[in-house]
Amino acid sequence: MKHYQAIVIGGGSAGLSAAVTLKKNGIEDIVVLEKDCEPGGILEQCIHNGFGLQTFKEQLSGPAYAERYVKMAQELNVEIKLNTMVTELHKDRTVRYVSSAEGDVTISADAVILAVGCYERARGAINITGTRPAGIYTAGQAQRYLNIEGYMVGKKVFILGSGDIGLIMARRMTLEGAKVYGVAEIMPYSNGLPRNIRQCLEDFDIPLYLSHTVTKTFGKDRLEKIELMQVDEKMNPIPGTEQYFDVDTLLLSVGLIPENHLAEDAGIIMDPAIRGPKVDDTYMTSAEGIFACGNGLHVHDLVDFVSLQAARAAEGAAKYLKEHKDRGRAVAVKPGENVGYTVPTCVHPQDACANVEFFFRVRKPMDEAVLEIRSGDQVLRTMKKRKLMPSEMERAVLTAKEIASLKEEVIIAVKEAA
Amino acid sequence: METRELICVTCPMGCRITVEMEEGKVLSVSGNSCPRGEAYARQECIQPMRILTSTVRIENGIHRVLPVITEKEIPLEKMEAAMAEVREVTVNAPVEVNDVILEDIAGTGVNLIASRSMQKI
Repeated sequence: MKHYQAIVIGGGSAGLSAAVTLKKNGIEDIVVLEKDCEPGGILEQCIHNGFGLQTFKEQLSGPAYAERYVKMAQELNVEIKLNTMVTELHKDRTVRYVSSAEGDVTISADAVILAVGCYERARGAINITGTRPAGIYTAGQAQRYLNIEGYMVGKKVFILGSGDIGLIMARRMTLEGAKVYGVAEIMPYSNGLPRNIRQCLEDFDIPLYLSHTVTKTFGKDRLEKIELMQVDEKMNPIPGTEQYFDVDTLLLSVGLIPENHLAEDAGIIMDPAIRGPKVDDTYMTSAEGIFACGNGLHVHDLVDFVSLQAARAAEGAAKYLKEHKDRGRAVAVKPGENVGYTVPTCVHPQDACANVEFFFRVRKPMDEAVLEIRSGDQVLRTMKKRKLMPSEMERAVLTAKEIASLKEEVIIAVKEAA
Repeated sequence: METRELICVTCPMGCRITVEMEEGKVLSVSGNSCPRGEAYARQECIQPMRILTSTVRIENGIHRVLPVITEKEIPLEKMEAAMAEVREVTVNAPVEVNDVILEDIAGTGVNLIASRSMQKI
């Protein structure tokens, strides 16, 4: 069995950044396993601009952003196995993959970094009644058909869910000559970035139906019609509010879920709030030497933060490979009032060697709020925050010194300003 | 005096910008966190400008289409005219990132360029 210092599973934005960072930290003997025919992952189909402002201080398309990382990986001689699908991961850091070039192969490593990305919530998860005709796609699936395969998926379109991919597809389909009748969002607020509401919907006069959902689909072979209904505060459809749209295409942009079956099958402890593995401040999961980052850990809204987080996970892996030491007791970090989750979910005060940045999301939109980080009855940090939204990931830092002095669990909370 | 609330589309930060205007002239811009935001807000009140991204057909490439992007923002009102030109283009692989695909798209003075490299199969 071939043995590596580190295996990176996934050659998208997280995997490429992790691989580059491992090399820069002196971890030479590594391999990246990528299922697609080229590296880059989901960035290859995200042809819109807005990527890279944090990382490269300029605004790039998804493919251009990916190309920068692919170049860096090539310059550092990172081995990337393409058309390679990982089928099993075990706690002892053996990894099984299949590829047409090599067949069924098992390899092992001292460290494994999961950079596996996420998948889209599909129709089955949201219970739309009606027939099952062609013409109903997840937004990302339609995006791939249009932007990589070069097929137009429909002419008269409705979009369910105001996630960013749905909004971006509303604009893309419009520019390609389709008529987009509207975007429905079951929540009373949008789930996409505000800039995408502006430039993808308002620029093209596409209506956004808040507190609305698609309740029924019609059509035998191809979608012919959808039923749209308003919902009450418990998200139940209100009788009498039915509206019908004659459309041949329904795109679903109803959420992303970390792709976690490899981690689950390996017996890694998962965090139900993020639906990815629980990780410590070095991004190590509950399995020693197995790390997780990017959208496979928790869903991000900006690729720049995926790259950043993957680099930190790779630094964590490099530290683990070099030191192999017991990091002492762990102190949990938990979401408090109005916070949905935090990543990482624990820190190690006895080995507090660097500042730790926490990623979190609020549960509901808030205009004026105060971020509070506390441990026991001690308040470590308060910070005024404006215009918080669940669709925008927030960040907060604790210094190495603060972490070293932690005794009780850390709570990250957001309180509404009085 | 007229007050306009804008959302900056320059980057994914999506800053909420307030513009104070009088008789079509911008008096003040606030809420932006960088100079690009101020430039965006001033321009947005006069003539909205946007980056256009799309795809063009490519022969002999590893995929059937090549993603393309305008080098700079073009007027929002020119989008349709620009797309009409984009639809007519077919290129041949190989292509390098930033290769010019179409000069002076829709008479805007802005070039359409490849937003990735694509090898020949």
